[in-house]
Amino acid sequence: MSEAAIAERMDAILTAHQGLEGPLLPILHAVQAEFGLIPAAAVAPIAKALALTGAEVEGVISFYHDFRRTPAGRHTIKLCRAEACQAMGGDQALARIEAALGLKLGESRADVTLEAVYCLGLCACGPAAQVDGQPIGRLDAAKVAAIAAEVLS
Amino acid sequence: MKIYVPADAAARALGADAVAAAIAKEAAQRGIDVQIIRNGSRGMIWLEPLVELETAAGRIAFGPFDAADAAALFDAPETHPRALGLTDEIPYFKRQTRLTFARVGLIDPTSLADYEAHGGLAGLRRALALGPQAVLDEVAASGLRGRGGAGFPTGIKWQTVAAAPADRKYIVCNADEGDSGTFADRMLIEGDPFCLIEGMAIAGLACGATKGFVYLRSEYPDAIAVLGRALGLARQAGILGDAVLGSGPAFEIELRVGAGAYVCGEETSLLNSLEGQRGVVRAKPPLPALEGFMGRPTVVNNVLSLAAVPWILTEGAAAYKAIGINRSRGTIPLQIAGNVRYGGLFETGFGVTLGEIVNDIGGGTASGRPVKAVQVGGPLGAYHPQADFDLPFCYEEFAGQGGLVGHAGLVVHDDSADMLALARFAMAFCAIESCGKCTPCRIGAVRGAETIDRIAAGDAAAVPLLKDLCQTMKLGSLCALGGFTPYPVLSALTHFPDDFACHKEAAE
Ligand SMILES: Cc1cc2nc3c(=O)[nH]c(=O)nc-3n(C[C@H](O)[C@H](O)[C@H](O)COP(=O)(O)O)c2cc1C
Ligand code: FES
Repeated sequence: MSEAAIAERMDAILTAHQGLEGPLLPILHAVQAEFGLIPAAAVAPIAKALALTGAEVEGVISFYHDFRRTPAGRHTIKLCRAEACQAMGGDQALARIEAALGLKLGESRADVTLEAVYCLGLCACGPAAQVDGQPIGRLDAAKVAAIAAEVLS
Repeated sequence: MKIYVPADAAARALGADAVAAAIAKEAAQRGIDVQIIRNGSRGMIWLEPLVELETAAGRIAFGPFDAADAAALFDAPETHPRALGLTDEIPYFKRQTRLTFARVGLIDPTSLADYEAHGGLAGLRRALALGPQAVLDEVAASGLRGRGGAGFPTGIKWQTVAAAPADRKYIVCNADEGDSGTFADRMLIEGDPFCLIEGMAIAGLACGATKGFVYLRSEYPDAIAVLGRALGLARQAGILGDAVLGSGPAFEIELRVGAGAYVCGEETSLLNSLEGQRGVVRAKPPLPALEGFMGRPTVVNNVLSLAAVPWILTEGAAAYKAIGINRSRGTIPLQIAGNVRYGGLFETGFGVTLGEIVNDIGGGTASGRPVKAVQVGGPLGAYHPQADFDLPFCYEEFAGQGGLVGHAGLVVHDDSADMLALARFAMAFCAIESCGKCTPCRIGAVRGAETIDRIAAGDAAAVPLLKDLCQTMKLGSLCALGGFTPYPVLSALTHFPDDFACHKEAAE
């Protein structure tokens, strides 16, 4: 996307968030929803609108795990790595997913991104995952195969 | 014909959407007029998707329900292979004292009419009639303590904010729920969002705050959607706005979404995040109650603390205080998770023992193997061996055993658990999530994981080093992330020394 196109959409996002108290996180979420990541060209307009330095905005972006600077795959799989899921065979679920996708945790390809997440609130039906925002519990071999078939198709 | 199919994220994770679709299709084919209500979860996760059919005798439950079970629901519900009888009579459900969760799973979460028909708004109406000081007194007298982790008396926090002079005050609901093994905030928001809204409106009225925020974690997209809808409906109905319920003071609530940082559940880090900064922890004092959001007096309360308040106002402080033991009053929504047979949410009075929770209520492990350890209170809570099973679930009693009630999550591990690996995970998690402000947490957690690796490699001299490091983290960290990570580590080391020793022998 051209810088001019980004600038135009940034204007709309910044206008929509005028008047909020502490608007930076809502703005960054909106930017990521719009572009799929936080483009470098988005930083300066945000900084200007909020009377911050570019470095301050970069500092906030880099603090939070959610904000991406590189594009994610077409599908995103978030696999819970926290204790309750570990207790239910989370390591095995991870090994199965990695094998089925041919992708390691934390890696990304054009078709799919595989991320660690620490608890999805599905701790009584682990191992748990979220595939493109959809919750999945009791991640066994069959469910892993179904997920892989869907995202790789 | 009324059929309930939960839209709770855990029910959906187990196939509830496909079940709802199958039931709708089956009904359409038979020309039967059904109303499918997507309710919250009754909390019995091992029975999800738990479908309920409304009958003259009450709601009858079926579960765990599969899409293929839909036809039989219309043929002969009584003899359905998944039939569980009346929901209210299921022992796991019947044994509970459901005050905060009374409506969760019972009502249509975003129907205000349903909410009011089941006692909703009665607390707020009484609060408006009583006036601020009487509400503060009522909350204090109930003995309610913060359910987010620290167990601080809610009444004292509110009184502090109410008494602080300022042009603006805020009510911030902490819905960051990052602890592994916890999901009560999520279930309440997905199943009864108006209850939280009502609790926050009461807090606003009592403390003289006109603005509230809910800081809800991004890992909960379903809860975000439900609360967003509920807030819109509450505004339309005049529960929120320039005059609460038409006659009260102004109160507005804004929903804010977190960005995947565990430490942002810590209240000062949360406030920085809300302000649009890096989520680093602030030194206390000043307390958020005096200088919180934008430097103004701010109540920061967990979802469950706020959601307990409408019941307290409706039924009275004495009724709440009558439940529980010692200094732990009222009910606690236990979240029973991990390797456990009957996992789910179980609301009960304080005082039930750890062993009752794990064995009696939870039914032991899901794998059928012996229980090895139970981590209570999230990633910063201790690992308890079976020897602790007579411990009553209460703040002081757990603290006395080097433990933590925290947000009341319990994660059960069977005898295949590797306690050294879990101790290492605690350090590694702290290293990933540290906000970086204080050295004991930022550096200590990294060194802690390395030191545990040395123990695993057979270096016995690393054990005293690990203990020493834990002591430094406990005493020197700015917040409980670094300060409490030693608890799971040291409890694993103390109670399960073999898991740390056998690695050594194997290496020798
Ligand atoms: C690392 C860390 C994470 C925390 N996460 C949460 C959380 O997710 N939700 C919560 O309510 N409290 C959390 N707390 C506790 C809060 O700092 C604070 O005590 C609480 O929100 C106060 O509300 P309460 O009095 O109603 O419990 C956390 C504390 C620490 C140190
Ligand atoms: S620990 Fe995996 S969902 Fe909570």
